[in-house]
Parts: sequence; C-alpha cells; structure tokens
Amino acid sequence: MFGITTAVCGSVVLLVLAYMVLTTTNTALPVFRAEGISFVTGAEWIPSRGVFGILPFIYGTLVTSLIALLIAVPVSVGVSLYLTEIAPAWLRAPVAYAVDLLAAVPSVVYGLWGVFVLLPLFLQPAAEALSKVLGFLPFFAAPASGISYFGAGIVLAIMIIPIISALAREIFRAVPADDRYAAYALGSTRWEMIWRAVIPRSRAGLVGAIMLGLGRALGETIAVALLVGSRPSINASVVQPGYSMAAVIANQFQEATGDHIRALVGVGVVLFAITVLINMAARLLVWRMVAER
Amino acid sequence: MSTSGSAGGAANTPGSGRRAAKSGDAVGLLSERPAPRRLWADRMATAAMLAAVALALVPVILIFYYIAREGIGTMSWEFLTQPQPYSFRREGGGFVNGLIGTLIMVGIATAVAVPLGVLAAVYVVEYGKKGVLAQLIRFFSDVMTGVPSVFVGLFVYTAFVVPFGFGALMGAAALAVIMLPIVVRSTEEMLKLVPAEIKNASYALGAAKWQTVIRVVLPSALPGITTGVLLAVARAAGETAPLILTALGSLTVTTKLIGEPISALPLAIFDGARTPFAAGQARAWAGALELLVIVLVFTLLARVASSRSSISR
Amino acid sequence: MWLAGCGGDVTPAGGTATTVAPGATDTTDAGGGLLSARLNGAGATFPEPLYLEWIGEFVNGVQPGVAINYQGIGSGGGIQQLTQMTVDFGASDAPMKDEEIGAAEKASGARVLHIPTVLGAVAVAYNLPGVDGLKLDQETLAGIFLGTVTSWNDPALVALNPGLQLPSTAVSVVHRSDSSGTTSIFTGYLTKISSAWSDSVGAGKDVRWPVGIGGQGNDGVAAVIQQQEGSIGYVELSYATEAGLATADVRNKSGSFVAPSLASTSAAGAGVDFPADLRFSLTDSPAADAYPIVGATWILAFDTMSDPAKAEALRVFLAWALTEGAPLAEDLGYAPLPDSLRELALAKVAEVGSR
Repeated sequence: MFGITTAVCGSVVLLVLAYMVLTTTNTALPVFRAEGISFVTGAEWIPSRGVFGILPFIYGTLVTSLIALLIAVPVSVGVSLYLTEIAPAWLRAPVAYAVDLLAAVPSVVYGLWGVFVLLPLFLQPAAEALSKVLGFLPFFAAPASGISYFGAGIVLAIMIIPIISALAREIFRAVPADDRYAAYALGSTRWEMIWRAVIPRSRAGLVGAIMLGLGRALGETIAVALLVGSRPSINASVVQPGYSMAAVIANQFQEATGDHIRALVGVGVVLFAITVLINMAARLLVWRMVAER
Repeated sequence: MSTSGSAGGAANTPGSGRRAAKSGDAVGLLSERPAPRRLWADRMATAAMLAAVALALVPVILIFYYIAREGIGTMSWEFLTQPQPYSFRREGGGFVNGLIGTLIMVGIATAVAVPLGVLAAVYVVEYGKKGVLAQLIRFFSDVMTGVPSVFVGLFVYTAFVVPFGFGALMGAAALAVIMLPIVVRSTEEMLKLVPAEIKNASYALGAAKWQTVIRVVLPSALPGITTGVLLAVARAAGETAPLILTALGSLTVTTKLIGEPISALPLAIFDGARTPFAAGQARAWAGALELLVIVLVFTLLARVASSRSSISR
Repeated sequence: MWLAGCGGDVTPAGGTATTVAPGATDTTDAGGGLLSARLNGAGATFPEPLYLEWIGEFVNGVQPGVAINYQGIGSGGGIQQLTQMTVDFGASDAPMKDEEIGAAEKASGARVLHIPTVLGAVAVAYNLPGVDGLKLDQETLAGIFLGTVTSWNDPALVALNPGLQLPSTAVSVVHRSDSSGTTSIFTGYLTKISSAWSDSVGAGKDVRWPVGIGGQGNDGVAAVIQQQEGSIGYVELSYATEAGLATADVRNKSGSFVAPSLASTSAAGAGVDFPADLRFSLTDSPAADAYPIVGATWILAFDTMSDPAKAEALRVFLAWALTEGAPLAEDLGYAPLPDSLRELALAKVAEVGSR
C-alpha cells in the first residue's frame, strides 16, 4: 500500500512533465501550423499584424549566453583550479563560500543591481570603449549601449560563475592525487601538472558543468529582460540592444491576445526544447565522468 | 562508459609521453640553471588564477555592498509592515503585500512539493530501484531541474490561469513544479546514503518495509532531506518570471487564494527596478535586502542542517 | 515547522473573504450609503499614476469599503483582459477597434463603453546633461525616430537650437516594447506629420521601430532614458516631470514651438466635435497654443456587469474621479476633460449597470 503510494507520487513527476509539454505545445499548435518553419527562421516579429518570426529571440538568447560563457568559463575554471590546487587551506572555505553566495542571489536582485549599479559603473563605459577601439568590427559597431546583448551577457556570466565553479571544484577534486604526484615526480611545474594531469582527466566533466551553466543562461529571464534592450531584431553588434526568448515571454505576455499568446507559448516550447536537449547532453557527460571515477 | 574509458586512456598516453620527454629536459636544465620560460609560464598561470578569483569576488562584494547600502536607507518597521502606496512616486509604505504573497505561495508550494517529492524519491530508491519507472523518474526529474522557470509559468498559465484566473494558487502551482524535481533529486541522494545495515536491523526485528522506511530510513536521512527542502524553498522564494504569468502582482494585501491577483517580493522588486521614480526604486532596494536576507537565512539553515547530518559523506 | 506555521496562516485567511471585508462590514453597520466591493482593473500605463492616486484618495477618503486594484500592463493588455473578463474594467489610451469591440461584446454579451477620463501629453524626453529646452520640428522628430538623425550635433538639430551646446554623443532612441496606447498616440502623430514615417513605419499600438532600445511601459521607457546618456524617447508628460527628465518643445501645426504642459494639452482639446461613442483623436491640433502630441485615455467597461455591487462601486468611483478627482489630475500633469466632454463622459458612466 505504502509502496503504491510512493509509485503514484513518483509518477506525478512524469505526469507533470508530460502535461507541461502537451498543454503548451497544444496551445502553440495553431501558430506552429500557420507559420510553419518560418516560425523559427523568420526575423520579423510584429504581433499587431500577426507576423511571428522568433529568430531574433533565438539569436539573442544564443548570443547573450555565448557572451556569458566566454567570460564565465575561464573565470570559473580559474577560481576552481586556484581553490583545489593552489590556495592555502585556510583560504579555501571562505573563498568557496563567497563565490557560492552568488548562486543564492535571486535573479531579480541581479537585475536591479545590474540596472542601477553595474550599468553606469561598468557596462555603459565598457560598451562605449569596446566600440571605440574595436568599432571597425561589425560585432562592436556603434552606437554602443550598455543595455545590449553585451550588458545582459555580462550579468548572465556573473550568475553562472557559481554554478560552473561549484561543479568544476568537485570535478577537479575527483582527479586522483596519484596523478598529481606522478606529474610532479616527472619534474613538472605546478602549471604543467595542472595542464597535463588535472585538465585532461576532467575534460568530460567540465564540458558537462559548462553545459549546465549554459542551460541556466538560456532560460534566465528577469535580469536579461531588464538589460537586453527589448528590441526584436537581429544585430551583429553585441553592444546594441536585442531580445531573448525568455525576456519576450515575460515582457509581452500580459498584453498579448489570441495568436500573440499562442506565439509566445510557442517561443517557450522552442526554449524548452533547446534547454532540455542541452541539459540531457550535460547530464550524460557528468554521469559518465562520475561513473568513470 | 567503456568508450569514455578508452578515450581517457588515449588522451593520457601521448600526454605522459610528452611529459616524460620534457621532464627529461627539465632535469637536465635544473642541474645547470633554472628554466625561465617554464617558470614564467607557471607564474603567469598562477597570476591568471588569482585574477579569476578577484574577478569572481568583485561582483560578490559589489552586490552585497550596494544592496546593504541602498536597502538599509529605506528599511524600517514601516517597510516591513505596510503595503505599497498606490503610486510608485509616493514615499513610505513597504512590501508587506509582497511578503505575504511570497509566504502564502512558497508555503503552499512547499506543502505540495515536499511530501510528493520525498515519496517519489522513496519510490526510486526503495521500491523501483533499477526498474524502468524508477529510472524514468530519476532521469526526467533531472531534466526538470533544467526547465526554464518562465516555461513553467507558461505551463501553469495555459493549464490553470486561463480557466481560473490569476491568483495565489496559480503562483503556488508554478513554484511547486519548480521545487518538485529539486526535492526529488536531493532526497534521492540522501536516501541512497542510508546504510543497508540499519535497514537490515529493522527487518531482522520483524518490521515491514513501509515501517522500515517511515521509522528508520526517513528519520536517519532527515537532516539531508531538510537541506534539500530548504534550498528548494530558497530557490522558490526568489523566483520572479513564473509569478509574472501566474500571480500577476497587486499593490494591495490579499490573502485570497484564487481569482485575485497577488503580489510577491520578487514581483514588487521587479516593478521597482523598472520605475523611473526615486521612491519606487528605493523600495525595490529595501525589498531586495529583505528578499536576500530571507533567501540567505534558508541557505544558511541548509548548511547547518547538512553539517548536522549523521550520515553525511 | 516553517511549513506548518505557514499552513496555519493560510487556512483562516482563505476562510474570510478578503482583507477589506471586516472594515467594510463595520462601516456599513454604522451608516448607509457606503459600498463594499472589490474591483480589478488593468490596462494603460499612461494614466496609471493618476488612477493609482485616484484610487488611493477614493478608497481612503470616500468609500473605505471599496478596494480597487489597478495593474498598468499596457493598453493592449487592458483590452485583452477585459475581453477575457479577467478584470472588471480595462483602460486604454487608444479607443478599441471595431473588431476588438466585436470580440469583447461577443464574449461578454454586454456592450463596451468608452469613458474618457483625462487628456494627456506625450512628451519627448531626453537625457543630455546641461542641455535644456531642446526644440524639435516635425521633420527632425521623425528623423530621430527613423534613425536618420544619429548624433546630437546633427546639422538639423544645431540649426533648430542655435543657443544650445549640442555634444557629438550618439542619439539613442528609446521606445515602448509593449503594445501601448502611448505608442499609438505618438506614431499616429508621426504618421500625420511625416510621409517618410507613414510610408515606412505607420501607426499602431506596436510598430516596427527602425532603431532604438525598447522599454516596458511608460515607466520602463522613462527608466531607460534616465539610465542612458544621449537617449531620447516618448513618455507621458507626468512620467517625464516626476522622473526629472528634460522635455523637448515640439513645433505644432501652426508653426510655434510648444512645451508640453497642462495648458498646452487642454488647448488641444478645445472646440472639438466628439462622436457619440467617444472614440476620438486629438493629435496635431490646429490651435496656435496647442502641444501637438496629445491624446485622451479611456476606461473601458461593460454596460452589464455580473455583480451589482461591483457595478455600483465602479459608477460611483468614475463619477467621483471625473468631478472631484479633477484637481488631483491637474496636480499630476493631466489635463481634466473640457466641460462639454465631461458631461458626455458622465453620461457614459451612468450606463454602467448589471444584470
């Protein structure tokens, strides 16, 4: 009897997920049918005329997440290597705890802080400087604005650093001490030991950790909605405003009618599909790493 | 698994070969003079890691410093006990409408998600084990932890808000869906750690399986389960996006569960972050401080609970 | 433990109807004429500051048993929520289109009423430290929002503003990203005055902006302008003044540069013939002292509501707002309706009823 109860509870997890996919896909179906493939390949989003192409949002989600990874991965790996390989023992726990604190900060707090502190302090001047120095490249073409793919990407980077670095720490710690001693015994410097013994052993796990960070960045809504600039267009320049899938849902949902709602639900379904694929791949990689241990 | 093993081996072999060759070099060099290029690379790498630590700590300091500085200015007894004034430009008032909404919705979500999640984990670990259903639950609850919270909001909107309207129950449903997989996964990890000896001892005393689970397994995993639950609560309390689509937000205090939009702390902060008016922005900062303190208290409690755990790793 | 405590908080609260109910019961017992109802409204952000003040005054000073919740979610959202009957009244800065009215009336089985509440100016606000009293003519204004005027020292801007030191900063356009009646008024104006605009963009609650950053709501646009140096955007006047943003003087139909103000807004509404359903437009007024970008804002309600208590509360509130609430509107930078229009609006209020 108790066993059956637990089985029912367990099945609820599956049912909720299935119902989630069914009801949202079903709601979005008319728009999927009407737009066909141009729903994901169309670059025009004009709700008042019933034109729903979500490519600008897919593009914005990918670009902001990519910027976040470009910054967060080296920083997280650096922090984790420092904490596992170099830091004196008394420093490890406090630094690790401080970085972990970033994970506890709600995304709306990141958004508030991003808009009122980081934007004037760093994002705006940095965007202008990038555009001044590298403006000849289309990726940094003027007019530069802190409210842009770049600004949203930086805040996303700060949000995923604790996620990637916490996992990376576990992964580096799982590398057997023997490998390290072997590298030292062969005369390696510390960096050579890390580069030749720790990193190769951790590669699969690191990729998994990075993909989990990516999954979080793709789905992040509020901080991006406040900083990306809410502009449904595809722009090569990362210092100009754009949009993201999650942000457009949060911004436009309450005002939407009819097909507009269905289209926004469709955006959610596409976002869901992308994040689930990435998460499943990441889980498989991390599981493989753990199984290897 | 086997492919990855061989891949790892393949990656290691040439590496060790290079290492041996270079270290031969190094020994030779060490005996005569230091290897400046290699030492320089080592120092640069250390410097880069220190720079990474600094880069990661700067936002920590900036966030907590500014939230404390900006938040304390507006924080007061009035802020904690009064609802928002009718206009973002007016000074005074507070976020008690949001606080009550958060307590109600997180409370209901916890009441639903925790028993459901714990029992699901009991099934996976104690009953289903290697069976297909258990494996499916394990895998898909993992997948669910990665579902964007805004999508959960869309789901609750299409499934429940459309027929029943915005309200506390809708917000709670979204938060429960977000908490459920976290509770399942963390509880599962904890149940796995309960030693077989304790269970066997219980069986030897003639206890049935359900008695063993309720009287022996769950109590001994309780601190760990509590940790997972507290972390899930902290996560739910900070969620904004799903509540925009389900609770909507309100300037007045309400305790109605259905058919009445309700506020939450993150919703009130989000509105404040988008207002050009100083008074509204100031309340948002104080709200951020209030929310951060709540979330950190739960995070800290979770740490305490996990350190009390008798079966921790 | 925490869980149990919270469950305890929830259960009794769910039992009593609402938080205002006890107070309402007391006052009704004390004397007649006091109402008890809870109204939900949503829609335009253009009049939101005023509606919130009105609601505050009305609930605190006139009818303590009535609670009114208003969410500024944009005019499009207001119309949608009204159509779906998830709110008791909607609000919009643009009159509903015929097909929108058709959909709402079909869903509800009641007639939609357009009740204008105030007139408001859409100000062109900008963020250029040290530059006050910027002047814009029709062509330059359209050029900025078309993306053809890209820097603040563009010859057209310099020629219009000989007395100002204009920097070489890039012009950063800010517009509404949500469906908005303010956008409808503003783009409707641009469509009237610029053929380049009407050919390439057109008018509507949301349009395809050639350039710019999107902001959510009037407050979102004002917030972005406030945060971003070199930016320019359009917001309802009271948002600009309360947020301390500089506003441009815009050249009107008769050729004079007019700053957005209460007087120049009212001037646009004088001497107009209003249609019977009170769906009208006030942009590009020919009056010499009229600010050219002026619109009205409407409360949308059904003539047959399901709950008589709610219908009465809405009637009393709206009648109070249009008459005794007028000075409060002026305080906030909204122009109260001219007398002739107010009489028409009060007649519409009287049509709000129930089954």
